[in-house]
Amino acid sequence: MEKQVFDFGMNTTRRHFLSKMSLGIGSAALGSLLVPDIFKGGEADPSDIIAGLPHFAPKAKRIIYLFQNGAPSQLDLFDYKPMLNKMHGEELPESIRGGQRLTGMTANQASFPLAGSMFNFKQHGKSGAWISELLPYTAGIVDDLCFVKSLNTDAINHDPALTFFQTGAQVGNRPSMGAWLSYGLGSENKNLPGYCVLLSRGKGNGQGVYSKLWTNGFLDSVHQGVQFSSGENPVLYLGDPEGMDRTQRRNMLDKLAELNQGTLDEFGDPEIATKIQQYEMAFRMQTAVPEITDMSKEPESIVKLYGPECLVPGTYAANCLLARKLSEQGVRFIQLYHQGWDGHGKLPQEIRGQCMDSDQASAALVTDLKQRGLLDETLVIWGGEFGRTNYCQGKLEKDDYGRDHHPRAFTVWMAGGGIKPGMVYGETDEFGYNIVKNPVHVHDFHATILNQMGLDHEKLVFKHQGRRYRLTDVAGKIVKDIIA
Amino acid sequence: MFKRIVFGMVGLLALVVIVFSCFQKNGALQSSGSLQEVSYNFHVRPILSDKCYACHGPDAQKREAGLRLDVAEGAYAKLKDGKGYAIVPGKPDESEVFKRITSVDPDYQMPTPESHLGLLNEREIGLLKRWIEQGAKYENHWAFSVPKASKVPETSDPDWSKNEIDHFVRAKMDEQGLSPSEEAEKSYLLKRLSFDLNGLPPSLELQQQFEQDQSEESYERVVDALLAEKAYGEKMSVHWLDVARYADSYGYQDDEYRTQWPWRDWVIKAYNENMPYDRFITWQLAGDLLPDATKEQVLATAFLRNHKYTEEGGVIPEEYRIEYNLDKTRTYSSGLLGLTVECAQCHDHKYDPVSQEDYYRLFAFFNNSKEKGFEGDVSQSVPAKSPILAISKSEINEMMRFINHADTSKLLVSVMGENDSIRPTHILNRGVYDAPGRVVTARALKVVMDFDTLKYPKNRLGLAQWTVSKQNPLTARVFVNQLWQEFFGRGIVKSTGDFGMQGDLPSHPELLDWLAVDFMNHGWDVKRLVKQIVMSATYRQSSKADPKKRDRDPDNVYLARGIRVRLPAEFIRDAVLASSGLLNRKIGGYSVKPYQPEGLWESATSGRGLLATYVQDKGELLYRRGMYTFIKLTVPPPSMIIFDASNRDKCEVARLNTNTPLQALVMLNDPTVLEASRVLAEKMAVSKSPAKEKIRESFRRIVCREPTDKELSLLLDYYQEEQAYFTKNKAGAQKVLNVGEYPHDTKAPYQESAALMRVINMMYNMEETITKS
Repeated sequence: MEKQVFDFGMNTTRRHFLSKMSLGIGSAALGSLLVPDIFKGGEADPSDIIAGLPHFAPKAKRIIYLFQNGAPSQLDLFDYKPMLNKMHGEELPESIRGGQRLTGMTANQASFPLAGSMFNFKQHGKSGAWISELLPYTAGIVDDLCFVKSLNTDAINHDPALTFFQTGAQVGNRPSMGAWLSYGLGSENKNLPGYCVLLSRGKGNGQGVYSKLWTNGFLDSVHQGVQFSSGENPVLYLGDPEGMDRTQRRNMLDKLAELNQGTLDEFGDPEIATKIQQYEMAFRMQTAVPEITDMSKEPESIVKLYGPECLVPGTYAANCLLARKLSEQGVRFIQLYHQGWDGHGKLPQEIRGQCMDSDQASAALVTDLKQRGLLDETLVIWGGEFGRTNYCQGKLEKDDYGRDHHPRAFTVWMAGGGIKPGMVYGETDEFGYNIVKNPVHVHDFHATILNQMGLDHEKLVFKHQGRRYRLTDVAGKIVKDIIA
Repeated sequence: MFKRIVFGMVGLLALVVIVFSCFQKNGALQSSGSLQEVSYNFHVRPILSDKCYACHGPDAQKREAGLRLDVAEGAYAKLKDGKGYAIVPGKPDESEVFKRITSVDPDYQMPTPESHLGLLNEREIGLLKRWIEQGAKYENHWAFSVPKASKVPETSDPDWSKNEIDHFVRAKMDEQGLSPSEEAEKSYLLKRLSFDLNGLPPSLELQQQFEQDQSEESYERVVDALLAEKAYGEKMSVHWLDVARYADSYGYQDDEYRTQWPWRDWVIKAYNENMPYDRFITWQLAGDLLPDATKEQVLATAFLRNHKYTEEGGVIPEEYRIEYNLDKTRTYSSGLLGLTVECAQCHDHKYDPVSQEDYYRLFAFFNNSKEKGFEGDVSQSVPAKSPILAISKSEINEMMRFINHADTSKLLVSVMGENDSIRPTHILNRGVYDAPGRVVTARALKVVMDFDTLKYPKNRLGLAQWTVSKQNPLTARVFVNQLWQEFFGRGIVKSTGDFGMQGDLPSHPELLDWLAVDFMNHGWDVKRLVKQIVMSATYRQSSKADPKKRDRDPDNVYLARGIRVRLPAEFIRDAVLASSGLLNRKIGGYSVKPYQPEGLWESATSGRGLLATYVQDKGELLYRRGMYTFIKLTVPPPSMIIFDASNRDKCEVARLNTNTPLQALVMLNDPTVLEASRVLAEKMAVSKSPAKEKIRESFRRIVCREPTDKELSLLLDYYQEEQAYFTKNKAGAQKVLNVGEYPHDTKAPYQESAALMRVINMMYNMEETITKS
C-alpha cells in the first residue's frame, strides 16, 4: 500500500511525487535510505505546508547517542550522596519513598536498607562536577559536559523504559528518535544511511535490545535505523558473493539497468526508475560502508585515545570510533547501545567492568570530536533508560550490594551541539531519591534534543490513521537553561 | 435524496445519466467545483474533523469554550459567551466559524496559531462557505450507517463490464473523464492471478496451458483451478496473520519461544475450506463460548492471544494484564471494525464519538479472561500461557488433521477462557492500570450499532454476534476493503484501519457498499468475493499507461489501468524458491529458520532463553514458504522486514510498500537468492538444449513471460561474457557455485553453470520479477 511520505509537508504520495520528480531526472536517488533534500522542493499547495524544515537554524547537525542499556547506577557514578554512606544499612525513610511503586523484584522485600556507594567521589575541572573513581577519563573532560541529574521517566521496567526513551511512548510501534530526525532533516550523505545503530555488550547483567527501538514505526521505512554489525558484513547483505569483483558487479548492474529501463519504457511506472536508482545507491554503499568500518588506517594517536579495544570490531570502543567516522561523513543520527548495566546484584563488581569497557572510549569520542572542530555541531549524549535505587536489592554486604530500577531520578550527560559545557543541571535530595530542583522528563529531554537540531517538537508531526503523532506525544518542554 | 445530474460526453451519442444519492456524492474533491451541493460527509466533515474537532469535538475534557462542532445542536446553539452563533445555517457572514477561519487576526482566527494545525486554504474555506449557505446540514458519518446496495449504475460502455464491480468503477471513470485500459496480455494476467490467489508464480506448465487455451472460458478455468489449490489458503492467511500479530516468540526483552502455530494452521485450513467470514470471526472471538465447543473452536480463539507477553523479572502483573487486554481491544477494533479507538483509553476520543466509557465497556469483553499478567520469568517459560489448550497427537489424528505436527509431543496453545464470575472492569483514569475509576459493564460501541442485551449475551460471544450482524455497518465493509487492498494495492477506503471521522473517504462508496451487502447476502462467502474481484474487467486491465494518463491519476484511485505493485515479502521468497524448483510445498507446522546473516539474534539477546542463538535449519526445511519463516519479535527476519513485512508487534491492516537500496542488496546477495540461481543454473546446464533456449526457459520460470528479442540478446551477451571469463577461470567458477546447502548436480559443467548462475541471478534482480504488473 502506498503511504503518504510527505504527509505533513506536501500532502502527496511518493508515487505522485516520483511521477513529477524522478522520471527523467536521472540522478535523483529517491526514496532511498537517504532522504534527500529535494523532498523539500516539489509542487505542493502552499497552504498544505504547515512547516518548513528545519524550523529554525540548528545548533547541532548530528547526534551520537551513547545509550547505556540496562540503566547505570547514577549513585555510583555521578550523583554523590554522602548521606547514604552515613546512613548505610539504615532503612529508607517512608517519607522519602513517598509511595513510589516498586518492581516485582523488590516489592516483597521486607526491608529497604540504604546503600552508600563504595566508590570514592571527587570534584573535577573548573565546574567542580562530582565524579566517582570509576570514571577517570570522564572526570578528565567534565568541563566539556553538561550533567543533567534530574532526568525522570514513567516506566519502571527495561522494555517499556527503553521503548519510551527511543520512541516517546512505552508501547506500540512508534517511530524512534532517529527515524523522526531522518524524516525531519533527511541525510547529508548520499552513500550512507542517515540513521545507524551500533550494538555492543559489556560483561555485566544484560538486557536485550530489540529492533523496534530503531523502528521507523509508521514513517516510511527509509527512516529506519540501519544496524551495523561487527561481522563480515557491516550492513546486512552488503558484501558481494565470493568470486564477484567490483568490475563484474558494475557490468552486471549496467546490464540490469538496461533491462529495467526497458520495463520502464513499456510501463511508465515511476517506481521502476526508483528501483534503478536504488541499485546504484546499493552499489555506492558497497564501497562507502567497508571504507568507513575499516579501522586499519587510523593513526596510533587515535588508537591510544580510544584504547586498544577500538581495533576489535563490536566492542564499545570500536563503536565509539566508528560513530565518530560516521558522523564525520554526515550521518545524522548514530545510536549506540552498550548492554550490561543492570546491577541488581554484585553491582560493585559489574559496574567496574562496565566502566572499564566504556569510560575511556566515551571520553575519547568527545575529545576527538573537539580536536576535529566537530563537537560544536555534534550532540553527544550518554545515559540509560532509568536510574537505580538508593536502597539495596538483596542482601547488603560489606563490599557487595545490588540496586533495583529507579525511574524518579537519574543522570545523563550531554556534550557539544549547542549545550552548555561544564554545567550541572537539576538536583536530587540528600538521599538521591527525589528530584528537588529542575526536573527533566523524558519528553522534555526529547523536546530539547529536537530543538538543538532545529526542529520544533510540536511541529514535527506525522498524521497516521487519523491522528497526528509527535516524538513528544502531547507533552515536552524545552530545557532552556542548558542551551548555550 | 436523489438528484439527477446530466452531462454530455464528447464523442458519445447519448447523454449519460448518472444517479447520485446524497451519499454517493463522490469522493473526488477535484470535481467539487462542479457540484451543486456540498456534502457534509464528503467535503465538510474532513475539514472540521482535521482542523476543529481536537478542541471542539467529542472529547468533553478538552472542549474549548463549551463549543462542539461535530453535532448540529452544538454548532447551531448560542455561543457560551453569548456573542452570536458558531454556525447560522444559510448565513456564513453571521457564523462565527466562518468569520474566524477567514480572519487574519491571530488573536481571533481559527485554528489558533498555537494549535499548529495551519489555517484553512481557499478551497476549504470555499466549501465551508457554500455548505453554510446551503443550510449547514449535518449527516451521520457514512461508515456508521448500515450499507445499502444501490442500483448498479449505467455506464458509457456496458460492453466493457464483466460484472457489477465494473459498472461502479466505470461510472466513476466516466465522471472523471477517464477510460479503461485494454485487457492485460495473458502472461501478465496469469502472473497476477497466480500471485494474488496462491502467492506463487505460475509454473511453466500452467503458463503453456493458459497460453494455448484460446477459449472464452480459459480465464475462468484458471481462476477456478488456482482457487482450488491449497496454496490459496496460505496466500490468504498472510494478511490475516498481520491482523492477528502472529509470531513465534513472546516479544519483550527475553523474547522466549512460544507455539501459536497450530492456530496459524487452522487459519490456512479455514480459508481453504472457505469458511464463511462470519463464522471465521465468531470462532476466533468466542469459539470457547460456543455451546459444546470443540477443541478446534477453542483453538481459533488463539487469535486473541497472539499478542506479546513479558517475562521480564520484576514486572507488576496487573500492569501487563491490562496491557494485554488493551492489545486485544486494539486488534479487535482496528482489524475487524476498522476503527482506531485506543485514543479513548486515556480520554474521550477527539474525532470519533467514542467516549472513554465506551472504550472500557468494549475492553470489558476481554477483561474476563482467565489469564495472568505474569507467569514467571524466562527461566520458567512454557510455550503457552494460561489458559492453555493442550492438543495430543491422537486428537490431531482424529479431528484436527490440519495441524501439521510431525512428532508425538503434546502441543500447547494460548487460547481464551472465561472466569466463572465476572471480573469488574474499571475505567482507568488517564489509561493507567493503577488509577481505576468507576466500574462499567461490557457493551459494544454504541456509535456503530446498538448492543441489544436482550439479543446478545454480555460476553465475547455476544460481541461476536453483534460484530457479524448484518446490521453492523462496519464488519463487512472493513473486510471487503481489506480484501480489495490485497488485489489492488490500496483499499477503496485508503485508511484501511480507520473508517472513522479522520479516515479517508471511500473512492467508490457505492461499490464498497454494494460489495459489502452482496457479500453478506451470499453467506459471507470469501472465495466468491475473491472470484468476483478477479473476474472483473477492472482487475484484468493492463497496467501500461502513457504519462498523460498516469498524470491524471498518479495513484490510480479511479482504476483506469491495472495494478502494478511489488510483491509482499513472503511471496518474493516463494517466487525465488518456486521458480528454481527448490520450494518445499508442505503446509503448516513448526516455523522454520532458513539462512540468515550471522550474529543477528546473538547481538541483541539478553542471553537468556531458547532463542538466544539462531540455530539454522537444514535440508528441506530451508526451502519452506516465506510465511513459515520463524518470527522472533525482537529480531524479526531481516529479509522480510526489508521488504516491508509486518514486524507483528501489533495488529497491522496494511503494509507499507517501499523501494530501498537494502532491497537491492537482498536480491543481489542473499544466499537464498544465490542458491536458487545456482540450483536452477545447474538444472539448465545439464540439459542438451542451446544456451539461448536455457535462458529463455529460465526467464519464463522467473519473470513468467516470454523474453523480448532485445532482452534475450542482452542476456545471451551477458552469458557469453561470463562463460568466456569462467572458461579461463575454472577455480573461480567453482567458488561462485559454492553457495547454499542444496546438493550440487555433479553432471553440470562448472563454467556453464557459473555463467548461467550469473544470468539467472540478474533475472531475479529485474524489477518486473518481484512485481505484479
